[in-house]
Amino acid sequence: MPKCALAAKFFYSAAVGAKASPVMTQTLEALPSATAALPASLPAAWQTSVSLLPNEKILGWAVVDLDARLRFAQELLVVTDQRLFSCALSPENKPVYREWGRHDGLRLSHYDHAGVGTLELFDDHARLHRWRYTLAQDVAILRVIQAFSQWQEIRSADEESATSCPVCGTPLSTDSDECTNCAVSGNIAPPSTWILFRLWRFARPYKGSLLLGFVLMLASTAASMVAPYLIMPLTDEVLVPAEKGVPVDVGLVALYLGGLFASALLAWGLGWGKTYLLALVSERIGADLRTASFEHLMHLSLEYFGGKRTGDLMARISSESDRICVFLSLHLLDFATDVLMITMTAVVLFWINPWLALVTLLPLPFIAWMIFLVRERLRTGFEKIGRAWSEVTNVLADTIPGIRVVKAFAQEARETKRFQEANRHNLVANDRVNRLWSLFSPTVSLLTEIGLLVVWIFGIWQVSQSHISTGMLLAALAYIGRFYTRLDSMSRIVSVTQKAAAGAKRIFDILDHVSNVPEPANPAQLPTVRGQIELRHAVFRYGNQTVLRGINLSIAPGEMIGLVGHSGSGKSTLVNLICRFYDAAEGAVLLDGVDIRTLSVVDYRRHIGLVLQDPFLFFGTVAENIAYGRPGATREDIIAAARAAHAHEFILRLPHGYDSRVGERGQGLSGGERQRISIARALLIDPKILILDEATSSVDTETEKEIQTALDNLVRGRTTIAIAHRLSTLHKADRLLVMDRGQIVEEGAHEMLIARRGAYFRLYEAQARRVDTEFVSTPWNNAVSATDRSSK
Amino acid sequence: MKPPDFQLSRNAFGRLVLTTRDGHVYENIVPVRAFPISAPNDGLALIDQEGHERAWIGSLSALESDTETRALIETTLAEREFTPRILRLHHVSTFATPSTWRISTDRGETSFVLKSEEDIRLLSASSLLITDRDGVQYRIPNIAALDKHSKRLLDRFL
Ligand SMILES: Nc1ncnc2c1ncn2[C@@H]1O[C@H](COP(=O)(O)OP(=O)(O)O)[C@@H](O)[C@H]1O
Ligand SMILES: [Mg+2]
Repeated sequence: MPKCALAAKFFYSAAVGAKASPVMTQTLEALPSATAALPASLPAAWQTSVSLLPNEKILGWAVVDLDARLRFAQELLVVTDQRLFSCALSPENKPVYREWGRHDGLRLSHYDHAGVGTLELFDDHARLHRWRYTLAQDVAILRVIQAFSQWQEIRSADEESATSCPVCGTPLSTDSDECTNCAVSGNIAPPSTWILFRLWRFARPYKGSLLLGFVLMLASTAASMVAPYLIMPLTDEVLVPAEKGVPVDVGLVALYLGGLFASALLAWGLGWGKTYLLALVSERIGADLRTASFEHLMHLSLEYFGGKRTGDLMARISSESDRICVFLSLHLLDFATDVLMITMTAVVLFWINPWLALVTLLPLPFIAWMIFLVRERLRTGFEKIGRAWSEVTNVLADTIPGIRVVKAFAQEARETKRFQEANRHNLVANDRVNRLWSLFSPTVSLLTEIGLLVVWIFGIWQVSQSHISTGMLLAALAYIGRFYTRLDSMSRIVSVTQKAAAGAKRIFDILDHVSNVPEPANPAQLPTVRGQIELRHAVFRYGNQTVLRGINLSIAPGEMIGLVGHSGSGKSTLVNLICRFYDAAEGAVLLDGVDIRTLSVVDYRRHIGLVLQDPFLFFGTVAENIAYGRPGATREDIIAAARAAHAHEFILRLPHGYDSRVGERGQGLSGGERQRISIARALLIDPKILILDEATSSVDTETEKEIQTALDNLVRGRTTIAIAHRLSTLHKADRLLVMDRGQIVEEGAHEMLIARRGAYFRLYEAQARRVDTEFVSTPWNNAVSATDRSSK
Repeated sequence: MKPPDFQLSRNAFGRLVLTTRDGHVYENIVPVRAFPISAPNDGLALIDQEGHERAWIGSLSALESDTETRALIETTLAEREFTPRILRLHHVSTFATPSTWRISTDRGETSFVLKSEEDIRLLSASSLLITDRDGVQYRIPNIAALDKHSKRLLDRFL
């Protein structure tokens, strides 16, 4: 950290997370715009009131925004390398200090409840002080706590900082460009219409067609301008003289009428061409957008999916992209035509008579002003609608997969109510926009009617003064009629543009999200994998909850490790790190001595076979599901894998054997059957590393036995990590690891661990008791499987 | 291909009896295709009445030398398998499901009730498998080969 921390220019958004907080925003405005600075430099507002000791170095700070009675009041909390102090302003604007020097047993702890966080300072005897803050400050507070522990340990200052988020200071995993904390606080700026220009990225491949479409549009609009223009000579050269008794010149009439017809025909042809071409292009842009967002989504880390709701993502990718597509193909096209038409009309009008033109254009500024007025509200309105719609999809995506639970607990009515509620939100959001919108359109119409009226008055006056001919007035009125209908339809663009902008924002939200399990730029190559895994001081957090606290582990190639521990002790998380679903916050995972973050994710995962407690099958046939990881597998390979997984016989009993469909999520199969298919799936890719996360926990003992033999086939010759609830399933393990609260507390063979009478022994004891009760229930188990079979 | 290491015969009850090389005898043997749809002639299991696989035939053509066994298996399969091929659709009661279809098949004229559109399973771009309300399955191996009228009717359900 630089010595000039205090002098450094202040960069407030450093305190992030806080963008949403009114208190912060207020401060933000008062501050000069920022150049680079470290999170440790104090906010400018406080620099004058805080004086530091000589050579004192700031480690971290936060602005606590509530006082002891939970009223908004700011207090600065600073950790330096010499002390912890806070500084509040008294009502007389005098700084009030509290200060604690370093002594043993000093510790900070924090918790939150109902949106209010509490930070407490203790020593061995008592609580020394308590600060309260809104959760918007949470990130900053965590930073202070971190700085505080740093102060306690007096680590060398430059060791840190490299791995922390440049924005909020939260530690980052080495390769991640995205900070979990910042992501949570999120950017809640309303979508701007400019976001639509980002769609250009998807339009670029169709540049040529777009240009052609535009030329066609120009031509067709121009062609449609011919007809009203012909009114002028028709009136002045044919009608008016005819009225005065001059015989009608048939040739002239035929010429003009022929021109009218030809222009209509031309406009029709060109219009068809342009509409078709541009609709074609926009449909492709929409499809590309959808594919791109889906592809991007597939590459995002599990963490992203953990924080998102299925329905919401579905709505974004399906309906929002569709909305953009409709916008591009229909509304934008109309809009462009309208603009062209209006410009051309204006030009022609000016050419006929500038004064007439000016009068005609009179309502334009009013309409522009109106558009400006409602734009903001429409945009936020449409974003709300988008969210409400996602909520509707969410309920669907939630309820349909969980339908068995819904029915089992007879909660159909409640789910219906939930859906109704979501739907009602959608209605309310729509109503709000419609109220505004419905007013807008008639107002534009009214303005245009008034405009027409003015033109009539002005025109009649001009004709009476003989400034213009009747033909001119009629032609002008014909133009103006079009002009105003165009204006009316054009004003509609406001709403659809805002709608599309809101949709585009929600899609770009996905597209802009950088995976925090990034692909390395120059992936290292691993031609042959031995399967040696090593974890070096691996630390992992979900948000701010530390789940793995420095795991050191080395697994030899071909070794089988049994991982046991209470539920919630971090076993699955450890496995997630090894699979690289997440990256370690600190430390590293190595495969054959190479950091897995330097390997290509896809290449790396190819070496891993994963069997989960609740296996997921895709809609498709049994054979397709088994071959999921190796789509090119031959039928013989598939059967061999199924045999080894003890799935072959039950598959043959299915109505279409390997060609049977398993239904969505494998509904048509029992848990044990699904499990065996997923084992076959893992077997087929012949992985060097095999991970079994409670693979047998959800099935009855008899099925478990069958699966167990299947697993024994699977384990041979592979580095295996098996997590199991029933310790008996780990009898083949070379080594057992006992985890507790994110740490490995014991390690060794079964007998050794039993002899040790530690954590493993207690787990074993507890299970031995359970096994007794299981024996009692065995006849019942048999009965069930017997009926199972007969029903097949 | 090597000759099968088992013997198959039909007993007095019309059931298949399998005698393996190591002398085991299994009665009530049923031949089951592993891939009845995608590869009906590859991969056949002989299953005993408990549902355990007792022999495996990699391919029916592997039995070429043993015409007797092959004939036994094929007739048994034919007795068990009933998947009429639809030649023509005459009439469908409605385009919404459930819908009653009147059809000609390679096994004669019939009609069936289609319960829902999901029961029409696209096997490839041009072939279909339709399951009726009672679980009977009808094949359309090549949609393009149907006549115009049938195609138009079918198209409404795809
Ligand atoms: N996606 C997640 N987000 C936040 N916390 C999680 C997530 N997954 C697991 N945890 C938490 O991490 C801890 C360890 O979980 P896990 O590794 O699944 O335990 P185990 O597999 O040993 O039962 C638990 O306290 C759990 O609440
Ligand atoms: Mg787990």
